[in-house]
Amino acid sequence: MHQIIIIGSGPAGFTAAIYAARADLKPLMFASSVAIGGELMNTTDVENFPGFPEGIQGPDLMQKMQEQAEKFGTEVLYDDVTEVDFSGPVKRVTTADGTVHEAHAVIYATGSAYRKLGVEGEERLSGHGVSWCATCDGFFFREQVIAVVGGGDSAMEEATFLTRFADKVYVIHRRDELKASKIMQQRAFDNEKIEFIWNSTVEAIRGDDAVKSLTLRSTVDDSTRELDVTGVFVAVGNDPRTHLVHGQLDLTEAGTIAVDGRSSKTSVPGVFAAGDVIDPTYRQAVTAAASGTVAALDAEHYIAALEDQ
Amino acid sequence: MSEAIIVDEQSFDTAVLKSELPVLVDFWAAWCGPCRMVAPVLDEIAAEQKGKLIIAKLNVDENPNLAARYRITSIPAMKVFKNGEEVREIIGAMPKQAIENELSGII
Repeated sequence: MHQIIIIGSGPAGFTAAIYAARADLKPLMFASSVAIGGELMNTTDVENFPGFPEGIQGPDLMQKMQEQAEKFGTEVLYDDVTEVDFSGPVKRVTTADGTVHEAHAVIYATGSAYRKLGVEGEERLSGHGVSWCATCDGFFFREQVIAVVGGGDSAMEEATFLTRFADKVYVIHRRDELKASKIMQQRAFDNEKIEFIWNSTVEAIRGDDAVKSLTLRSTVDDSTRELDVTGVFVAVGNDPRTHLVHGQLDLTEAGTIAVDGRSSKTSVPGVFAAGDVIDPTYRQAVTAAASGTVAALDAEHYIAALEDQ
Repeated sequence: MSEAIIVDEQSFDTAVLKSELPVLVDFWAAWCGPCRMVAPVLDEIAAEQKGKLIIAKLNVDENPNLAARYRITSIPAMKVFKNGEEVREIIGAMPKQAIENELSGII
């Protein structure tokens, strides 16, 4: 029986692990088999994490967090969690190989997954011009004309990054203004290779075995048009990864795990949640890390109270 | 020590297309986060399937012509070749079990 199991290995999970390990709770972390490090693994320059005035590469930041967590005694397993059972005082976590792990407390920090457009051609052409990772795939669109769909920070970051390779990058956004931060917006507006297509949604992605064009629909007059591009990067937001806890933990209307006030306490005692999976609003590496701290402290308090009984 | 081999534009035809065993070619690059995550999974499969399957790593940065020839637009991309023919394509990092499922019927 473990004191504490942490599910997820982004900034929330690793920060929770650092705190829990320093409290001598010997945390066991399930980092997943392929998504180790979480969303920052798909990011290049992280310029807003305090302490790195020159910026730091997302994967490097995550590696440092992992080193820090392991240094204090966190055990990291590269296994995927397939099932959780939070019904009793002992929490059970099952991994893909069928092993059941038990703990007094669980910190759930599974983050969020890329949202899809849900349009014709998206699945079929995924990996053939449809991409969710500009840093991975931008390289293949040298001297081409491509599109980014979305209006948030991620969309602006991707569009700006992609101009390193592409001749032209369209940004397609369903509104007439952006949700992105001012600095990211300005960077995109100042970039000669970026052209904005406002008030438009993607209705279909066309092409037989590679992306040839997008069908766009105007949100103003409902007209449609074809836009010739060879690649499309989807950055329309994320959905919290909650599928393992449906029916076990209360969720909010936004689909995130419900927590009590500013704490990490879920609807089940002994289960704490942190990071993007509880945050529909801010979703930053720093806020996720802070939220991991809250979860570790809440869990520590909970375990101490158990021992007093 | 990894059982996986490294292939490039010079060795590709001999090591992959003329191989007697099926070859899974991992198209990767250093700047691709998900590629870093899938690499150890492929190393495990290379060790476990030794004698049945060869895992070959191909750096797209250093071998852009091969990336273009196989129309790679998204990495990690894993293509499985058998008797010189591409028989399977796996795109994106995924758990070991999912990759093994994709390999069923080939090895």
